[in-house]
Amino acid sequence: MSTQEVRALSAPERRRKRGIITMAGLGAFALAIFGILPKNGEPVTYNFVLGNEWVLAKEIIVNSKNGSLFFAVIALLSVLLATLQFRARKTIRAASGIFGAAFLMSFLCWAAAGKFVPFTGLLQGALFLSVPLIFGAMAGVLSERSGVINIAIEGQLLAGAFMSGVIASLTQNKIAGLLIAPFAGMAISWLLAIFAIKYGIDQVVLGFVLNVLVIGLTNFLYKKLLIPYQSTWNSGGTFAPIEIPLLSKIPVIGPIFFSQSIIVYLMYAVVIIIHIALFKSKWGLRTRSVGEHPTAAESVGIDVNKIRFRNVLLAGAVAGLGGAFFTLGAVGSFSKEMTAGKGFIALAALIFGRWSPLGAVAAALIFGFADNLQGLLTITGTPIPSEFMLMAPYIATIIAVSGFVGKVRAPAADGVAYKRGGGSH
Amino acid sequence: MKLKKVILPALSFAMALFVSGLLVAFSDSKVLALKNQPLSMIGKGFATAGSAYWALFRGSIFDPQLAEGHFFQGFYPLSETLVAASPLILTGLSVALAFRAGLFNIGAQGQFIAGAIGASWVGFTFDLPVVIHALAAIAAALLFSGIYGGFVGLLKARTGAHEVIVTIMLNYVAGYFLLWLLSTTAFLRPGRQDPLAPEVKTTARLPHLFGSELRANLGFIVALTAAAVVWWLLNRSTWGFRFRAVGANAAASRTAGISVSRVTTSVMFIAGALAGLGGAVQILGSEPAMTAGVGGSFGFDAITVALLGRATPLGTVLAALLFGALRAGGLTMQASTETPLDLVLVIQALVVLFIAAPALIKSLFRLKSVEVGETVASKGWNG
Repeated sequence: MSTQEVRALSAPERRRKRGIITMAGLGAFALAIFGILPKNGEPVTYNFVLGNEWVLAKEIIVNSKNGSLFFAVIALLSVLLATLQFRARKTIRAASGIFGAAFLMSFLCWAAAGKFVPFTGLLQGALFLSVPLIFGAMAGVLSERSGVINIAIEGQLLAGAFMSGVIASLTQNKIAGLLIAPFAGMAISWLLAIFAIKYGIDQVVLGFVLNVLVIGLTNFLYKKLLIPYQSTWNSGGTFAPIEIPLLSKIPVIGPIFFSQSIIVYLMYAVVIIIHIALFKSKWGLRTRSVGEHPTAAESVGIDVNKIRFRNVLLAGAVAGLGGAFFTLGAVGSFSKEMTAGKGFIALAALIFGRWSPLGAVAAALIFGFADNLQGLLTITGTPIPSEFMLMAPYIATIIAVSGFVGKVRAPAADGVAYKRGGGSH
Repeated sequence: MKLKKVILPALSFAMALFVSGLLVAFSDSKVLALKNQPLSMIGKGFATAGSAYWALFRGSIFDPQLAEGHFFQGFYPLSETLVAASPLILTGLSVALAFRAGLFNIGAQGQFIAGAIGASWVGFTFDLPVVIHALAAIAAALLFSGIYGGFVGLLKARTGAHEVIVTIMLNYVAGYFLLWLLSTTAFLRPGRQDPLAPEVKTTARLPHLFGSELRANLGFIVALTAAAVVWWLLNRSTWGFRFRAVGANAAASRTAGISVSRVTTSVMFIAGALAGLGGAVQILGSEPAMTAGVGGSFGFDAITVALLGRATPLGTVLAALLFGALRAGGLTMQASTETPLDLVLVIQALVVLFIAAPALIKSLFRLKSVEVGETVASKGWNG
């Protein structure tokens, strides 16, 4: 016992310890505010869709006070589990996941007291809102893991949205729109690559300016061409959802994940490929090495700037494809600044997820869920003003980068231009 | 020497106008209709772009039509340029000052909103004598926005949280907070439901400079004074020396005994206060009723202004005047030639892009002897 106390905690252990303390605090908060404080419980109706036909629904009615108490206790039990795992010097990832879900459910029971919650629809909407965030965050992973900061995600998404909508409309062919989207994003990231890598211009400044450029260009053309000639320039339409045989029949999960448009299936593929390639392939090893230690990478014969150039282009392609979701996946036509800062939330998801593909996906899903929950609660009415719900992802990101839930560290050479033979400057 | 420093920005501006002119010309349906006659198409294109730029000039500097009755009236657009430039100077100075200390303040937008909230609240709530009311409103703006900015610096100093991320996030937080505030009874006009704060009382307004006909107001003088103060702070004071030292090399400054965390916090406090002063000037000078859109695109514009002005006070003032002219003229251009105002954003972005890439401009124009000077640079995520 005493030896364990004397031994200094390593950095990840300190991070876990802080995480457990934070979770314990939040769990106690949920128990007190959501569970104990309300005097009377009101019924909350949860609606689950079982099959892919929306008729096959099941309703579960829970008392709000009991529900909040139940999930708050589960949240606190998961903190206990995390503590035990910490003592056993294991990771606390699973326990943290359970905690997050239980905390949210406790909150939901409290916030939706006396209301109707379409549960499957809530999760489906969350995934829907996460799609551009996930594409954007993957673009961030590709670029930043190789050492180039990508603030221009917003611009790449917007360029993809604009071009895919316009081309789909002009050709009356949605596939053509989808195919052009990656190239639109790539055009922006090509500018990022040429100026950042070839001319060594500051990447944050550059990304910022590129965003302004794309916003200006698309707004200009939207007003000049898309509004006056809407039927030819801006009527691309949306992809119909494709139901995957068998998988789409799974209760709850089927309608959420396997009854989506082609862009969402492409997203699954992009995430899986990037995750595997980044950690298992030669390309991934090279990407990570030029992002962390370009000098060492060059000393073993890797062309640092070539790898970075390719990765930045690839990042633009992924973000551009994600941009197509705004037009061809969701709305059917382009509208002014329709990405509405999603590129910056994607950047936050990237950082929240510590620059790892799966972490970023998890963060993007949380942000999407918060966004959708906010929308639902605004309609049904809650004790919290909707503006504060909208702030949540941004405040969460500030808390994350401030190290309350662990020090977040970017790839070491991220944002630092590399000159051949001369080391980084 | 002086001339060489001007060549690069001038050429960048010319290039930006040229590229944007092509955009105006070849997105026009009348020009596109002539695609079978290339020569007349080019001619029509030039005419279209030319008339757009002429409208831009008429809306920002001098309008001969307005001058017909009374010559002085012709300068009405110039007064509008000064009105548009005043908050741009202040937000630009905010970004420029932070740049000099090695910090990239993307949060001018949020700090501007914080300042506008402070000025508006004091402006419509209290009853105070003339000069004191305006000063009190400005003081509230400085305090609110200074704290909003200083918080970022404190967070960076204490935890290493990167200011770029924190300020981006705080911009959204400020925007939503303002939206919420405008729905509360304290900020709603009696009998109204739409998000529009009451007008600040006339005792708190900034006086007009050239008579009541022209909107140019004391805010412009406030902005110029702030620029002079920032120049003095950076170039003549011990604090400014510390700011620049930390900006140049934080590690060396720490070794030399400068408290980097104190510098970071105070720089961000002052930067926040400058942006917030911009918000106060906007509210007390030209737009007395605060709306949810009070922040406009000041966050973007501030950065482009600071970059174009090479993060020096004088450069920032000149850049803000240029962009203020584009803003003011853009409105006239939109009204009289059906060229969307958003062209101004394109011009701004292109100017800064060309400025940031001196190597590009130099190779385009085959210049050899032009002084490139320092390019503004931020630091990577871990910096």
